[in-house]
Amino acid sequence: MLKELQYPFDSQLILKKRRSLKKKLLSENKSFIDKNIAILGGSTTHDIAEILELFLLDFGIRPSLYESEFGQWWQDSMFPPKELELFNPDIVFIHTSCRNILNYPSITDNNEKIDEMLNTEFSRYEQAWQALKNKYNPVIIQNNFELPYYRLLGNTDVTDRRGHTNYISRLNTKFSDYAASHDAFYINDINYLSADYGISKWSDPFYWHMYKYCLALDAIPEFAFNLAAIIKSVYGKNKKALALDLDNTLWGGIVGDDGVEGIEIGHETSMGQVYSEFQQYLKELSSIGITLNINSKNEYENAIAGLNHPESTLSPNDFIIIKANWQSKDRNLFEIAKELNIGSDSIVFVDDNPAERAMVSASLPDTCAPDIGSPENYIRILDRSRFFEVTELSSDDVKRNEMYRANVKRAAEQTQFADYGEYLLSLNMKAVIRDFDPVYIPRIAQLTNKSNQFNLTTWRISESEMAEIAKNDRYMRLYGKLSDKYGDNGVITVVIGEKDNDTLHIRLWLMSCRVLKRDMEYAMLDCLVADAKSSGIKKLRGYYYKTAKNTMVKEFYGTLGFDMLEQTDDSSQWILDLNNYQNKNKYIEVER
Amino acid sequence: MERAEIFEKLNNVFRDVFDDDTITVSDNTTASDIDGWDSLMHITLISAVEDEFDIKFDMKSVVAMKNVGDMADIIEKEA
Repeated sequence: MLKELQYPFDSQLILKKRRSLKKKLLSENKSFIDKNIAILGGSTTHDIAEILELFLLDFGIRPSLYESEFGQWWQDSMFPPKELELFNPDIVFIHTSCRNILNYPSITDNNEKIDEMLNTEFSRYEQAWQALKNKYNPVIIQNNFELPYYRLLGNTDVTDRRGHTNYISRLNTKFSDYAASHDAFYINDINYLSADYGISKWSDPFYWHMYKYCLALDAIPEFAFNLAAIIKSVYGKNKKALALDLDNTLWGGIVGDDGVEGIEIGHETSMGQVYSEFQQYLKELSSIGITLNINSKNEYENAIAGLNHPESTLSPNDFIIIKANWQSKDRNLFEIAKELNIGSDSIVFVDDNPAERAMVSASLPDTCAPDIGSPENYIRILDRSRFFEVTELSSDDVKRNEMYRANVKRAAEQTQFADYGEYLLSLNMKAVIRDFDPVYIPRIAQLTNKSNQFNLTTWRISESEMAEIAKNDRYMRLYGKLSDKYGDNGVITVVIGEKDNDTLHIRLWLMSCRVLKRDMEYAMLDCLVADAKSSGIKKLRGYYYKTAKNTMVKEFYGTLGFDMLEQTDDSSQWILDLNNYQNKNKYIEVER
Repeated sequence: MERAEIFEKLNNVFRDVFDDDTITVSDNTTASDIDGWDSLMHITLISAVEDEFDIKFDMKSVVAMKNVGDMADIIEKEA
């Protein structure tokens, strides 16, 4: 991650040094996913495209960008030029603003006329979205509208239907309703962004009249960052966990020195209130599935005592892993990642002490350690950093912390068994393994975009593409859910095979690292073989494509009894003859 | 601000924006003298100059600007 592109960033510096920043990003030795992104604009988009590219590269996404001719967003959506058709976008971003609204109410219009106007305006957009969907089935990202630059009716502008503030607000509600009821459609909320930035500065008329920019140049980095956050979230690049310091981060003071009664938390003092509000914010993050962990230099007993402070919003139970010891924090962070089975790049380290942050950044460069400022700024900086941008909030996300908690219990229990098989039996595991069910399509697509380690081919599939695959007879599909006596893990594994005469090519095999070493892969193979045999398949062909993160499954097909056909430095091919296949799963009760 | 100092600062801005450490601008420098100075880069340049000198050009003066000398004249008055 480039320091220059991390929130809070210097917008002018990014605008000015974009060329050298791009060079730097491309020279970093990291792996990118490639995506085609079409920007269809109602105003100039040049700088937006260039700055968006920087943030996406920083998130590990290498975009090819298409920009419509000036102001042609609607024409390009409805009657795409050949160039756009050939481009075949994965994402279409429609960059419109209140400068593009064709019909505004005037003071002589009555309510019926205004309603009709509103519907006409809205249906112009709806038509464009539908046309794009039918043509490319892309992920669509649409700006909503910033509030107007002036208010003819003053404060009544927001209440009177003829007021443009009222009109734009109603249009925004219609956009939100559409987004809430359509998949793969997201709003880039410039209504919020422009308010946050300041409408007077955002809608600076200089930029509209000089260059046909609907927002000030200086606002473009924040705009592009917000847009990039949506895109990285769609492709599963959100952070998953927080590793939090305690003293002067979750409460004021040092619990080891000041004692539990001496720390500042709760409603007695202003500083105590600031920390309480921050704890409340963290609790809310936990409710959307972000895992909270402690990484603190403290005696363990003192840390727990601090969290048990009667005024503390968070209690020890809100944390999955608590590292309170005298080890270095980078070491603790590394261990937290390992115990949660996630990459250290999925963890955000939150500490008031710049020296600790520098140390973690130096030793784990993939871990974000934002400069959180003073306590009253913690929430703003974490929130604006968009680490946990929500595009889909599945029931699995909401339950994620329960699952991690159950994992910690399982790990504790495992140590009591001499034999691993006995341990697996004791879990009373039950699986459901079936062809894709429409209700699970969002989760299945999410898994293909999130799983990095146990992922043989790293085929990233959007929700709309997945819906197509689910309907296509060429494919054989399985998802697997696993539950045990500690709880339900939900959908955690996916296999997609492509039929080719008597051979099934396994195009995708992935599993969540939550359920490693539970023999779920054996249960999946048994089911895949059974399904394959019943449709006349005689051989399975497996593929492994190496990435920076999936060496874990390099020999996966070998351990399942496949024979290697060929191998290069970054891939291998395997084959399994289905004659004489013997079922491998011994511990999981499978429901088909 | 001294004119020499203005040009020294302008050189730095131009070098950052066009990512070329060899650029040296003078009163007579125009867009055709610098590789990559098109209408789109002009937007970035104006904004970077405003930021460097903590001034805001009005529209009329941006429209009338013919060369770097015109730019320096305004900066001399404003900064």
